[in-house]
Amino acid sequence: MSFWNDPLKVAADWLMGIFTGWGMPELLAQILIGFLGVFILIALLMVVDILLVWVERKVVARFQDRIGPNRLGPFGLIQPFADIIKLLIKEDITPAGADKVVYNIAPMLSMMSVLILWAVVPLAPTMLGVDLNIGVLYIIAAGAIGTLSIIMGGWSSNNKFALIGAFRQVAVMVSFEIPMLATLLIPTILAGSMGTAAIVEGQSIWYVLLSPLGALIFLVAAIAELGRSPFDMAEGESELVSGYNIEYSGMKFGMFYAGELLHAFTFGGFLAIMFFGGYRFFGLEKVSPFLAIAVLLFKAFIGYWIIMWVKYTLMRIRIDHMLGFNWKFLTPLAFALIIVTGLMNALLADFRTPETMWIYVLGMFLSNLLLGWGALEIARSYSRRERARVEAPKPVVETAHH
Amino acid sequence: MNPWIFVGLFLVVGLIIPVGAIGVAWILSPKKPNPIKQTTYECGIETVGDSWVQFKAQYYIFALVFLIFDVETVFLFPWAVKLGALGLFAVVEGIIFILILVAGLVYTWRKGMLEWA
Repeated sequence: MSFWNDPLKVAADWLMGIFTGWGMPELLAQILIGFLGVFILIALLMVVDILLVWVERKVVARFQDRIGPNRLGPFGLIQPFADIIKLLIKEDITPAGADKVVYNIAPMLSMMSVLILWAVVPLAPTMLGVDLNIGVLYIIAAGAIGTLSIIMGGWSSNNKFALIGAFRQVAVMVSFEIPMLATLLIPTILAGSMGTAAIVEGQSIWYVLLSPLGALIFLVAAIAELGRSPFDMAEGESELVSGYNIEYSGMKFGMFYAGELLHAFTFGGFLAIMFFGGYRFFGLEKVSPFLAIAVLLFKAFIGYWIIMWVKYTLMRIRIDHMLGFNWKFLTPLAFALIIVTGLMNALLADFRTPETMWIYVLGMFLSNLLLGWGALEIARSYSRRERARVEAPKPVVETAHH
Repeated sequence: MNPWIFVGLFLVVGLIIPVGAIGVAWILSPKKPNPIKQTTYECGIETVGDSWVQFKAQYYIFALVFLIFDVETVFLFPWAVKLGALGLFAVVEGIIFILILVAGLVYTWRKGMLEWA
């Protein structure tokens, strides 16, 4: 076993030898090695996060027919570092009426809720922070800390805009968590496990082929969870100026901002892990774990790109439409999808042999397509009726003669 | 080693990084507070009244419905994990369980509680 095949184990064994050589007890050495590993992973994530600031600014500029940052360094690559310096030396203003403790904890929790998600991200076949057997539930639980940080930030700022923004955002987040949880059930059903590693291992056929509708619902719910346009109720600039983080300045605002970008990237990664095969790419992951990491990051970037594409293309949706869309369309559809997936999976179980696999895949794919088409037809006929009702000529009020 | 120790390490390091960043900013940044600077921001006008006012709690019903569905889905996860081994009978049982809760959603819907007004 060489460094290039299993770098984590080799490095851990090497450090273990050094630490136990110093006479350190084994458990303490293990915890110390774990701490180092986690620290390196999170430090690398922060570097990715800094690059994301540049990517985001460059991409939004392109979508809006601008050039974006281009003065500092080649293609403006140094720009995010200048931003960081600016954020570090900005005066940090705490509004007079704010609840200081909660106000200061909120941005830290916001960042933490994103960073701890990476504990269950399988980077490569042998590289995984923790192989929790309840990985999917852990993702949801960590996301709830993000919701908490938003309500904390909004409430403690002692600002009406912030409070309204936080209320709206939390209403949206808890609502869209239902379809998201429901679609996370689909990889669980298909892989027979809640662990993220097992879900990736189970995808010799990408789950997006078995459940394209599930992947789509997951993407929509993820965008709403992230609070990104078209679901950016919390930040509705034209009405709430900035939403829950309106009173924050300096590095505390930077934490909210960086947390949001990394969150979007992370959910691009989860889209890849749950539905697009994670680090798997036609056997490329078996060549080298470093290649596997590159594949996963590439897929995560594509997911992130799609989320940005949606953000800068679609307009904000009104909150009542958004919640109506969730509770009256997405949630029933997600549960119908679970029923269909469960049924088809059980009915076609006999076809899961290598020779007849195509029947299984085709059956799952077509059942998803049929369900999606049916749901769309129902929604379309409903909107036709609504439009007819709204556009119908108002009845003339008859008076006097009767 | 217990895998939850790693989760604990992630929690600790995940807090250390933002705390460190904010701490560095706290050391480097100027601190010149004054009453005007610390007023509540509201697009240039003075805030009227207390900011911690009570808003209409449309959120209440949504939160209740959310709770029910959240718990339901958590119950569904063990079912989903063992679905492959249990066969068609378990699938039908799960469907009945989902339908009972969808009935709850339909009831809420018909009562007009899903309207944001």
